[in-house]
Amino acid sequence: MKHYVVRRLLQLIPILLIITFLSFGMMRLAGSDAVLQRMENTGMVVSQEVIDAARAELGLDKPFLTQYCAWLGNLLRGDMGTSYISGQEVFSTFISKLPATLLLTVVSILLTIVVSIPLGVLAAVKQNRLTDYVIRVASFLGNSMPNFFVALLLMYFFAIRLDWFPVISREVSLQNVILPALTLAIAMSAKYLRQVRATVLDELSKDYVAGAKARGVKFSVTLAKSVLRACLVTVITLLTLSIGSLLGGTAIVESIFMWDGVGKMAVDAINMRDYPMIQAYVMWMAIIYVCVNLITDLSYRVLDPRIRLGGAKS
Amino acid sequence: MTGTVSVRRQKIPKNNIRRRLLFFLLLAGLLMLAVTFAEQICPYDPNAQIFSTLEPPSAAHPAGTDRFGRDMLSRILVGLQTSVLSTLTLVAIITVVGTIIGVLCGHLGGMVDAFMMRVCDVCLAFPGLVFAMAIAALLHGGLQNAVIALAVISWPKYARIARSQTLALESTDYVAAARLAGDTSAQIIFRHILPNSAGPILVTAMLDIGTMMMELAGLSFLGLGAMPPTAELGNMMSGGRSMLQTYPWVIIGPGIAIFVAVVIFNLLGDTVRDYLDPRNSRRQSSANGKKEQEK
Repeated sequence: MKHYVVRRLLQLIPILLIITFLSFGMMRLAGSDAVLQRMENTGMVVSQEVIDAARAELGLDKPFLTQYCAWLGNLLRGDMGTSYISGQEVFSTFISKLPATLLLTVVSILLTIVVSIPLGVLAAVKQNRLTDYVIRVASFLGNSMPNFFVALLLMYFFAIRLDWFPVISREVSLQNVILPALTLAIAMSAKYLRQVRATVLDELSKDYVAGAKARGVKFSVTLAKSVLRACLVTVITLLTLSIGSLLGGTAIVESIFMWDGVGKMAVDAINMRDYPMIQAYVMWMAIIYVCVNLITDLSYRVLDPRIRLGGAKS
Repeated sequence: MTGTVSVRRQKIPKNNIRRRLLFFLLLAGLLMLAVTFAEQICPYDPNAQIFSTLEPPSAAHPAGTDRFGRDMLSRILVGLQTSVLSTLTLVAIITVVGTIIGVLCGHLGGMVDAFMMRVCDVCLAFPGLVFAMAIAALLHGGLQNAVIALAVISWPKYARIARSQTLALESTDYVAAARLAGDTSAQIIFRHILPNSAGPILVTAMLDIGTMMMELAGLSFLGLGAMPPTAELGNMMSGGRSMLQTYPWVIIGPGIAIFVAVVIFNLLGDTVRDYLDPRNSRRQSSANGKKEQEK
């Protein structure tokens, strides 16, 4: 286990280097640097010499790799430049908006788990009965709706028609997080439900369930003690697989509900072509994504004895 | 990303699936007809601003009119055309590119394989949609660039499937026999590998159409895809956002159109998967072989 953790942590280093390199390269590819942008913003016409001097001052005339190393050095000190639009420091802006997005993500994941596991288990236990069909049809329909449409529908019915929630979240609070989190949770639950149902069906057909039954163990006990554990591994796998679309989804949902997180910040930055902001967003999202993947891979070993003991790898 | 989710499907009688397949093919065919002839069947010119603005749905305008006085139904039809055709182009691109790269990697092995698989790893190391947003922003938006952005993040999945199929097939006896008989690489790829790996790749592509359509519309919704005045379902909904409270049909019409199209493609995809699933086949002996390949 210890060896495995160390190996995975070492593997992280080249990936992080590639992520930072690509994020840096993207910015260069955009064909815009801080000097040009500053000139455009002030609206002054300046000679090429002045531009060159300003570039030399910022080190922008040096070779690409040298610039990358300098940028990486700044990055390690938490300096990611300043926004083209607001002039504020990119890193501190990003950090100040991160908690809102984390809250949204965590609440939506919790909602997903609360919805998908019980319904998935219920559908499996009631296989091919009416309950099962209703749950499956609902999951299919939920899976076929784009999240921005779900967001707008929820907003229309629960915020405008019923007036239960504010239309636009003015502050980060639990009441405001419900609708955006629900939007994200609906799409995810729809996907998870199917898999949880399939896992439970698979698990129920195994010998140990029959064995437990033969020994007189109550069905509910088998379900709670053994089958749910298998579900947990499934759900964690799915969480890893969907964390990418979840992070992308927060951008759309946050900008619809005016939720003041990094996703909305990114969408605003994209519309304003605020490259340092976009760069920070992409880079940190990729880093978060990679770390989450690592954590889930490690948690498999804790949760699933088969993987931990190095047995059959499915 | 080491774990895989095991999905166990019930065995369904083949005749049943065939009937379902025909039905959904017919539905998808109708959708494609509507999409292809959108300009001919739409009741009014989708870009003519000739009606009173923001009229609620009525007999003359079943989906109402938008804020510029354009007929919503006509715009939805044309928007559906834009969405569906660009989605199908996208899926076709990633399927073809992914398959070519995957088959070549699997067949050639060595340095090419190692290099391309690392490239795949890097592409998969980024969270998909975020990466697509960044690429689309870098390319300054536009429908074509949104398609490119989504293609960049999606091809590795196909390359991986095609590669593992190729590797499995390369080790079969009949490919070895073909090689002994003096077949060239091209002959082996075109005669044996491509036809035998087409199934799983096709199923993946069919199941991806719905998702891709939603993601493409999502990029347009964020202003990173089709630009107004081009009618596209995502940007139509984005444009109507501020009118949700008073004129909900401006949003709900296009939303339902995406939803219906995605439902049809997803139903068709699911059915194609069931149809090609050897576990649903009566011929068990040949089924076992295919089952191994799928893993």
